[in-house]
Amino acid sequence: MNIVVCVKQVPDTWSERKLSDSDSTLDREAADALINELDEYAIEEGLRLTEANGGEVTILTVGPEKATESIRKALSMGADKAVHVTDPGLHGSDALVTSEVIAKVLGRIGFDLVILGSESTDARMGVLAAMLAERLGIPQLSYASKVEVDGTSITINRQADYGYDTVAGSLPAVVSVVEKINEPRYPSFKGIMAAKKKPVETLSLADLELDAAAAGLAGSATEVASFAARPPRQAGTVVTDEGDGGSKAAEFLAARKFI
Amino acid sequence: MAEILVLVEHAGETVKKVTGELLTAARRYGEPAAVWAGAGAEAGHARLAELGAAKVYVAAGADFDDYVVAPKAELLAELVAQKSPAAVLVAATAEGREVAARLAVKTGSGILTDVTALGDELTGEQSIFGGAITVQSRVSSGTPIIAVRPNAITPEPVPGEAVTEEVTITVSDAAKGARITGRVEQERGERPELTEASIVVSGGRGVGAAENFALIEKLADALGAAVGASRAATDAGWYPHQFQVGQTGKTVSPQLYLACGISGAIQHRAGMQTSKTIMVVNKDPEAPIFELADFGVVGDLFKVVPQLIEEIEKRAQS
Ligand SMILES: Cc1cc2nc3c(=O)[nH]c(=O)nc-3n(C[C@H](O)[C@H](O)[C@H](O)COP(=O)(O)OP(=O)(O)OC[C@H]3O[C@@H](n4cnc5c(N)ncnc54)[C@H](O)[C@@H]3O)c2cc1C
Ligand SMILES: Nc1ncnc2c1ncn2[C@@H]1O[C@H](COP(=O)(O)O)[C@@H](O)[C@H]1O
Repeated sequence: MNIVVCVKQVPDTWSERKLSDSDSTLDREAADALINELDEYAIEEGLRLTEANGGEVTILTVGPEKATESIRKALSMGADKAVHVTDPGLHGSDALVTSEVIAKVLGRIGFDLVILGSESTDARMGVLAAMLAERLGIPQLSYASKVEVDGTSITINRQADYGYDTVAGSLPAVVSVVEKINEPRYPSFKGIMAAKKKPVETLSLADLELDAAAAGLAGSATEVASFAARPPRQAGTVVTDEGDGGSKAAEFLAARKFI
Repeated sequence: MAEILVLVEHAGETVKKVTGELLTAARRYGEPAAVWAGAGAEAGHARLAELGAAKVYVAAGADFDDYVVAPKAELLAELVAQKSPAAVLVAATAEGREVAARLAVKTGSGILTDVTALGDELTGEQSIFGGAITVQSRVSSGTPIIAVRPNAITPEPVPGEAVTEEVTITVSDAAKGARITGRVEQERGERPELTEASIVVSGGRGVGAAENFALIEKLADALGAAVGASRAATDAGWYPHQFQVGQTGKTVSPQLYLACGISGAIQHRAGMQTSKTIMVVNKDPEAPIFELADFGVVGDLFKVVPQLIEEIEKRAQS
């Protein structure tokens, strides 16, 4: 079974994240970068499935050159190889463009299963799995907290507010995972050494026969008009409990008409 | 006047609160036209009229309930082609966003997710990077598709005609690739849904154990609130994961958010920073969550919360 895991490099949520003043895109130099956390769960699930059923895991990343660090980390967890789409023309692409690029690569390299995180920590759109399924015309098995593959049948538990739905489809398919699904492994020393020799194919927009005018900021269907730092919240009242903290809290709630 | 399509969120026959918010938002830009996919439209009709739908498009087929997301996107794409609406509004729930995503691909339109306010010419306000930055975004090509965060807009219902029009579409085989074969509902008592609730009471590591969440639930029930949890609490298995608030959990925007035993890490704030009023109970006066608090109590939640519950119950009786 050939599995492709889509991995995005994102700014560390602990570091300060900024938008660039010149074009309102994410300032990727300003913050430390790492693998989008949920994508580690996607990698782990891919590794478990190929360990059980045979096959290979390919990492697919669309992003700047710096993203090679994240690709190496994914390979050191145990993935077999990687495809890195990088091109200055991609700067500022929105989800529609990114999904088109990823769909194009998938068409080229072939796959039985694509696994994504259900959401990235920077864009937080949570749309890519649905966009890919739509573009490729294959089943969308998103928000999976459990995945089972049996031959060409695949079933998942799809997490929902009320609990979960069980959903069935057949391969090839798109899966996105939630963090409840597994516990991602740490790269071993052996894994880190092996990763250095694993193949990474680099592709440009031209390699994919994609038009640069249809990508990046210019090709995107959304634009940022303006942005501003959120004004700090007005300082509130803080009291120390001296046996009456609960009553004081109740008074506050009553004054605000919550009770 | 052009129509604004609003995808109705409903649980069977019950119209969810966010639908009223979307219909209120829609009215400013055109004629609010509700789109009902699946069973239950007849029972929901009166409610849609109250909430301000001028039209109701009903597609009643079983496919909408039997398959994941894709049939609803096909329905909306058909309506976009037939009615040329000025925009499509959906709720920024997991499902709403995914319907929007597929519709965006089908129609080649831009999509804005998790919008917290709508301005002139359908500019959408978004709160990013854990709430640190507010962005105004626009769709620059196609029919704007906008996913609006539940609870962000105050519903101001003006009753509408709710003229019903049946829509029949043949759902393609490609849209029937992911079949829902079963549903497992987990107990949440009579509590409101987390993202829709006006009040959310959340517990974190300070709650200390799964069984202590009964105290958080008791406070929630006294307030008619939903229960949320920090990741520390869901990771420890004290509370189910779908109730996690934060960057990798739900984003909530209630009238009142009450954080008990939560330190206020940036990843938690990302999910609750836009709450209108924030109240905190934490024994550490240095906890960063106090920076957000409209009202904070420095103290042991096992002392403060029971007293608070008692006071609420007392007031309810008098
Ligand atoms: C990529 C990433 C994504 C993340 N996503 C999320 C997310 O979606 N949601 C989320 O919540 N976190 C998320 N986190 C984790 C986040 O960084 C914090 O670790 C987490 O929010 C801490 O939870 P907590 O506040 O309950 O625990 P702690 O930080 O341990 O805080 C516990 C608090 O309880 C107080 N306390 C203890 N006992 C009592 C008592 N008896 N009475 C009163 N107060 C008491 C303590 O003073 C302390 O302030 C994420 C982290 C990363 C790296
Ligand atoms: N540039 C990218 N390269 C590779 N995968 C991506 C990229 N952007 C998003 N993804 C995948 O899509 C998922 C959801 O991202 P998003 O829709 O942006 O929230 C992520 O968890 C990744 O698996």
